[in-house]
This record gives sequence, C-alpha cells and structure tokens, in this order.
Amino acid sequence: MQELVNTQKETALKIPSEKKAVSKLKSKIDYIIKNYHLYLLIAPAVILTIIFKYIPMYGAVIAFKDFSTIKGILGSDWVGVENFTKFLSSPNFADIFMNTLKLSFFGLIIGFPVPIILALMLNQLRRAAVKKNIQLVLYAPNFISVVVIVGMVFIFLSPTGPINHLVSFITGKPLMFMSNPDYFRSIYIISGIWQAAGWSSIIYVAALANVDPELHNAATIDGANILQRMIHIDLPTLKPLMAVTFILAAGGIMSIGFEKAYLMQTSMNLPSSEILPTYVYKVGLQSGDYAYSTAVGLFNSVINVILLFVVNKIVKKLNEGEGLY
Amino acid sequence: MNIKHTRIDRIILGFNNIFLCIAVLVVLVPLVYVVLASFMDPTVLLNKGISFNFSEWSFKGYQLILSNDAMVRGFINSILYSVGFAIVTVVVCIFAAYPLSVNGFVGKNFFMTLFMITMFFGGGLIPTYLVVKDLGMLNTPWAILLPGAVNVWNIILARTYFKGIPYELHEAAKVDGASDLLIFFKIVLPLSKPIIFVLAMYAFVGQWNSYFDAMIYLEDPNLHPLQLVLRSILIQNQAGPGMISDQQAMAELKKLSEMIKYSSIVISSLPLMVMYPFFQKYFEKGVMAGSLK
Repeated sequence: MQELVNTQKETALKIPSEKKAVSKLKSKIDYIIKNYHLYLLIAPAVILTIIFKYIPMYGAVIAFKDFSTIKGILGSDWVGVENFTKFLSSPNFADIFMNTLKLSFFGLIIGFPVPIILALMLNQLRRAAVKKNIQLVLYAPNFISVVVIVGMVFIFLSPTGPINHLVSFITGKPLMFMSNPDYFRSIYIISGIWQAAGWSSIIYVAALANVDPELHNAATIDGANILQRMIHIDLPTLKPLMAVTFILAAGGIMSIGFEKAYLMQTSMNLPSSEILPTYVYKVGLQSGDYAYSTAVGLFNSVINVILLFVVNKIVKKLNEGEGLY
Repeated sequence: MNIKHTRIDRIILGFNNIFLCIAVLVVLVPLVYVVLASFMDPTVLLNKGISFNFSEWSFKGYQLILSNDAMVRGFINSILYSVGFAIVTVVVCIFAAYPLSVNGFVGKNFFMTLFMITMFFGGGLIPTYLVVKDLGMLNTPWAILLPGAVNVWNIILARTYFKGIPYELHEAAKVDGASDLLIFFKIVLPLSKPIIFVLAMYAFVGQWNSYFDAMIYLEDPNLHPLQLVLRSILIQNQAGPGMISDQQAMAELKKLSEMIKYSSIVISSLPLMVMYPFFQKYFEKGVMAGSLK
C-alpha cells in the first residue's frame, strides 16, 4: 500500500516536468507551423550559406587527402598531413611566408595611423562646406577599382612615366620600379594608403564629433594650445575605436588582399611579391594541385586565427583590459 | 564656437591646413593627370607633358575604346552583374534579417550562429571553386551572383534597422489581424528604404570593382565584366583584339595602347565617380552603421 502511494507520488511528481518539456516542444512546433512563412523568408539565405560556405568547409578535408577529381572528396585516399609537410619543407616556404608577414605587418604599421591623423586634422576645420569638399576628394579613391589603381601604378611608374620623368631629370636615369623586388612592398603600401586612408578616416571623424566641447573650453582656459588639446582630448577619445580597428586589421594580417598583390606581380618582382594567397591560387587553379593548394590555404587561415588571439591579448594588456572580446 | 585663437594656435592651424592641402593634392593630382592625359597625343605627352594647347588634344583613345567590342560588352556585362548581384544579395539578406528581428522567433540563435560562423571560418578558395564547378555554374553568371550573395554583415545591419522600427506599429497591425509576413511587406519594407538603398549601393560598387570571381569562374570572354577587360589592357598590356589593326606599325601600336590605357581608366571609373558625390551621405551611413556593432 505504502509502495503504491509512493509510486503514485513519483509519477505525480514526474509528469509535470515531462509534460512541460513536451508542451514546450509542442509550442515550438506550433510556432513553426503557424509562422512557416518566416522560415520561408530565411530559407534562401540558409540554403545559400550551406551550399557555398558549409559544403566548402567540409570540402577542405581534401587538404588531408590525395585528391583526385575522379574519385571525389569521399573516395580519395587519406594521406594525413603530407600536403602540409610538403609545403613546410618546400624551398619556397620561408620566402612566401615572410613576404606575406612583412607585407601585411608593414602595411598595418605604416597605414594604421594615417586615417587617424587625417581625422584629427579634418576635425580642426570650422567651415562645414570646406570640410565637406575636402572629405569628398579624400574619399574618392575608395571608389576606384583595384584593377584601375594597379593600372595607374603601372602607368605612373613605367620607365617612360611621369614619376620617372622626374627621377631621370634629377638622377639621369629612370628607376625600374615594377621589376625590382625591393620596391614592391613600398609601392603596394603607399598606393594602398592613397586609396583607403581617406575612407578609413570616416569613423574617426564621426567619433571626434562626439567630443564634449566643454572639455576643449576648459582646456583652453587652462592655456592648452590646439596641438595639446588634440593629443590630450581628441586622441584619447579615439582610443577604444583604435583598439578595435587595430585588432581587426591585425587579425586579417595574413588574409591580405589577394586581388591587388596578384595584379602587381611581374615575373621580376616575384621574390618579394609572392604571398600565400597568390601561391594558393597559382598551385591550385593554374596548376590544378587542389589538395596541396587547399592545405596551404588552411595553413594561412590557422595562422590568421592565432594572430587574432595574440593581438587581442596584447591590445587588451596595453589598453587596460579593453579588447575585442 | 568663437574661441579667440592665440598666436601659437594660429600657427598650428596654419600647418594643419597646409598638411590637409597637401593630402588633397596628393589624391587629386594623379586623378586629374589621368583625365588630362587621356586627351593627349602620346608623343606630345612623352615630350612635353600635359599641354593646354587644345588643338593638340585628341579623342582618339575614346573613339577606340567606344568602338571596341570587348570593352562595350564588358561594360554591359558589368552593369548586368552589378545590378543583378545588388538585387539578389539585398533580397536574400533583407528576407533573412526580418525573421531574426521578430520577437520570439524560434531558432533565432541557431540561425544567427549558422551565419556568424561563416564570418570567421571558410573552406577556402579551392573547395569553394569545386562546389561551384560541381553545380555546373562555371562559365555562367550564377557563379558571380550566388556564392557571395549571403553577406552576414548586411543581415546584421538590416536586422538592427528592423529592430529600430517602433514596435507599436507592429502591434497596431497585429490587432488589425495582420500576419508577420503582411507586416513585413506592408510596414517594415516601406520604412526600410534607406537601409535597402545603402546595402544595394555597396553591393553594386563592390561588384562593379571586382575582378577575382570573374577571373576564376568565367572563362568565356563574352561573359567577362569590365574589370577583366581592363586588366588585359592595363596590366597585361594587351589592347583588345581588333582595337588596333594589324597594318599599323609597331610604334603606332604602342602609342595607341598608351592612349587606350588612359581613356579606359576614365571611362570605367566615370560612372562611380559621377555617382558617388550624390550618395556620399548614404555611403558614410553604411560605414557608421557597420562600425557601431
């Protein structure tokens, strides 16, 4: 009798929680059925994401396989990390790796402060119309395609181009800008700044508009000049934004733009212009070594993620605990 | 603000303005040079530089460009791809963003995670290429329109925008018996024109200026967008077939190919350069909205 009561009690206790879970699931299903059109709206994006993002992620396993198009991804034989060791031990590895690192590192260090300085200077302009027109000009190169930018670089730096006109006027002979590997990085970075610095200053300009004018008034009364106020009021305002931008840029350090580097390559400047993404493209799509190329690409992505973590840690330390995450 | 500047302040402001002037010149001079050079005879350009003697100006470069089939076809293809891509990506992203902005949407976190993961991880160039190839999309415009259509950034921007629409509007419509779908099309979409416009502009510009996808997916020259045609002219130094007839001497050929370079830069960049000042406000809004997240 006692037992029966107990089991009854147990079941009585059990049922509500189970019922709750069931009814929760049921209400979810009801919701989905009732609002099926919401799922129809999101469906195209989900399907496209699965096809063009998740299937390739799965496809990246060919980096560990001896991939043949006939056998397919599943049918190809596993070779473990052979493709990776092949790349790491290839004579090109050190050069390509260092080229990628140097190009992005110098690009980041030299390019990062320019938009900030531009924004600080633009912020000093009092006449709105003047400011707007200057911004209009500075932003314009952002809308020029990378093909045209590189095309202009080739035209301006050609042995008979305008820059060499000046160079040969001064030194007597033209410089071979595009065929000398020593110049590649500088050209790449400077043309990049020319194109992007203005546009990148937008967010800093906007942040500076939020600086409390009272701060400036108080500092002026205390006798601070404009430069001092720029450094001690404006710049600290930008600090959190700078931290985030810097981490994001550093995280992308190895995913440096393929498009521009590839266009700027000439057979002569390859010793400094061959970087991981262009190498992936060449061995993968031009020579058809899919598995090896995928392994190199994967290697690149892994380095990227590691860098993102490391830089975030460092910035967090420097920035009193304020990082990206 | 009417702060009286001290002498040192005036000096600093003076330097500030000088530096800004230099920045403006650095940006402007190359652009103006290209435009002026496109009207110059290459021999004049080489010997005298830019000349303002208008009798020496010529429109030969433009004539050659505009009568060239590859260039005209590239132009038309680029317009089709850019408009098409803008429509596809805006529709897909806006449609996906709306359910994610609805309160109590079951699976919101699941879908958000599904999308967000793709911002940080990807299969890479070759695996994506193999998928496009296996779908039979090589050498079709689909390869340009579909693989990049889902832009997670756009979805997040649109979702945030939708959330900013006053909830009272939804409730009022719900009381009148409208479904979420009806609310989306009748209330949310008409109120979201600015964000739709910004996303469409970004997609259009991005597509207009890109060459990479077309380079790897489209082999057929008839399908090539403008940027690929430009690449062969500007970087590979191949003025398109038929642009310069065989009879002309080598020197003439080199001369004309220089002209074509300048004029093709001007022609291809013109649409965006003319358009952009009018939409500067919107473009800036796009940057700002993106940076806030």
